[in-house]
Amino acid sequence: MIEIRDLKKIFLTGEVEVHALRGVDLSVAKGEFVAVSGPSGSGKSTLFHILGGLTPPTSGSISINGRDLLSMTDAERTELRKTGVGFVFQKYNLLPTLTAAENIEIARDIAGRSGPRSAQFEEIVKLLGIGERLNHKPRALSGGEQQRVAIARAIVNDPALLLADEPTGNLDSENSEAVLKILRDLNARLGQTILMITHDQEAASFAHRIVRMKDGRIVN
Amino acid sequence: MIYRLVWENLKHRPVRTFLSAIFIGISVTLILTIVGLSRGVLDDVRERARGSGADIVIRPPMSTVLAFNGNIAHGEKVLALVRRQPHVAQATGTLIQSIGNFQSITGINLDEFNAMSGGFHYLEGGPFQSPDDLMVDESYADSKKLHAGDPLDLGNGKKWHICAVVEPGKLSQLIAQLKPLQEMYSATGDVSVIYVKADQPANIQGVLAALMELLDGYPIYTMEELANLISIDNVSLVKGFTQVVIGIAIIVGFLVVLLTMYTAVLERTREIGILKALGASPGYILGILMREAILLAVCGSLAGIVMTYGSQFLVHKFAPPFLRQAIVYDWWPKAAAISLIGAVLGAIYPGLKAARQDAIEALSYD
Repeated sequence: MIEIRDLKKIFLTGEVEVHALRGVDLSVAKGEFVAVSGPSGSGKSTLFHILGGLTPPTSGSISINGRDLLSMTDAERTELRKTGVGFVFQKYNLLPTLTAAENIEIARDIAGRSGPRSAQFEEIVKLLGIGERLNHKPRALSGGEQQRVAIARAIVNDPALLLADEPTGNLDSENSEAVLKILRDLNARLGQTILMITHDQEAASFAHRIVRMKDGRIVN
Repeated sequence: MIYRLVWENLKHRPVRTFLSAIFIGISVTLILTIVGLSRGVLDDVRERARGSGADIVIRPPMSTVLAFNGNIAHGEKVLALVRRQPHVAQATGTLIQSIGNFQSITGINLDEFNAMSGGFHYLEGGPFQSPDDLMVDESYADSKKLHAGDPLDLGNGKKWHICAVVEPGKLSQLIAQLKPLQEMYSATGDVSVIYVKADQPANIQGVLAALMELLDGYPIYTMEELANLISIDNVSLVKGFTQVVIGIAIIVGFLVVLLTMYTAVLERTREIGILKALGASPGYILGILMREAILLAVCGSLAGIVMTYGSQFLVHKFAPPFLRQAIVYDWWPKAAAISLIGAVLGAIYPGLKAARQDAIEALSYD
């Protein structure tokens, strides 16, 4: 599913090179729920951005479902984001001018799947328990509801990989647990492959496997 | 869905959207008002020329369609010559004297003019009784609040007496008797225009040819030719002025949309990052901004068209009486297209800035 070998990422900050990833090796099987934890600056977010096709790696090899990300052009990475990966962010990142339903539908529209809502759409809405809140704009939703809408948006195009970056970082413990249970449920019921970045050990414990990072490397 | 997003984005900042549309609308109104004024004035000139009932018009040498260059010297002798031509049923001369502010008085021989045109329709008062008598048309009387019997000082050294208010559409707004006007301006025996009526419509071209041969160097037109020549395209000053206004409208539309969209892009940095994370291509992002600009231009154009009725009201109420503003329906799509061009040009830079935005930087923007 995900194969990463000797992945390196070097940023240029002014004239200074910053080695964000110093040779990461990681394999994630299809249907696996993996948590990546580590302190700030360990390279978690950079790995998240590379896997999501938001930035290219500097060297190494990385593939998702056999698709090599290293050789991808900007346009190919854009295509990958449409249907290959789905994102869930710490700050939910819903479009404030659209309703919950429209926030989910716009992901379908961008992927070229506009039209009547599919059965899968309805199933996801039911699974996440947001059916009653679909016509509300984000400002009228609680943090937990917004994150559930964000999860629905991330999986509506049936991505190979769901990337979650600190999905409980802005939530209280009750909503955090609800969101983590949803992720575990999605993984169990739909076989959704999930890679979750978190520094919260309790959140990480919901995953099948915890990978720790430090100084741009996987340490266990 | 993209249209929904575009609409919601514009709704999200109602005051900014409203002001942008109004500013675009002002440039549309500017175009429609300038073209409307040009056409209104020219239509009025054409209608008044036609109101003479003449078939052929003779003007002084070197004059143009809308500008006279002096009078026809010894015009009454020329008039006598014209009357002697075969198939000329009637001919009459008028003297046109400017009194400033684009206004003029036309001196006529009332009996001759009535015979040719079918006569004036008197709304108040009646025909000339004394040399100081002046007829004014209804639009002039309305704008100056004048009635038959009122005195009128036109600043040309004579105290006029309004003998009648007549229906508009014949010659000019101020009409005096020919002889007193000739004496007043030391132009005894001169006329500015000679109007000719043929005995039958079939003979108009023959009379025209004979007059052109007789009066070498005089601009001579059939009424249809003259009417066709009285258009914006044949008045270089108006044409040039209209083009300048169109240029200004494009620049205004460009600047308004540039500033609006640029502000919107800065404000929506995070949203652009979200769309990119969802897989939106640069073309998709550019498409959103372009659609917003086009929608603004459409709303602005509609506002501009509505505001044109306001400008027409203001012109009617406060402008000099010779100024008329026509509602130029055929220019509505042209003015809208001009504002659209400005808007699309204005959206290009902010659109490209948004399309090229780095997704990770955009997502971390607060």
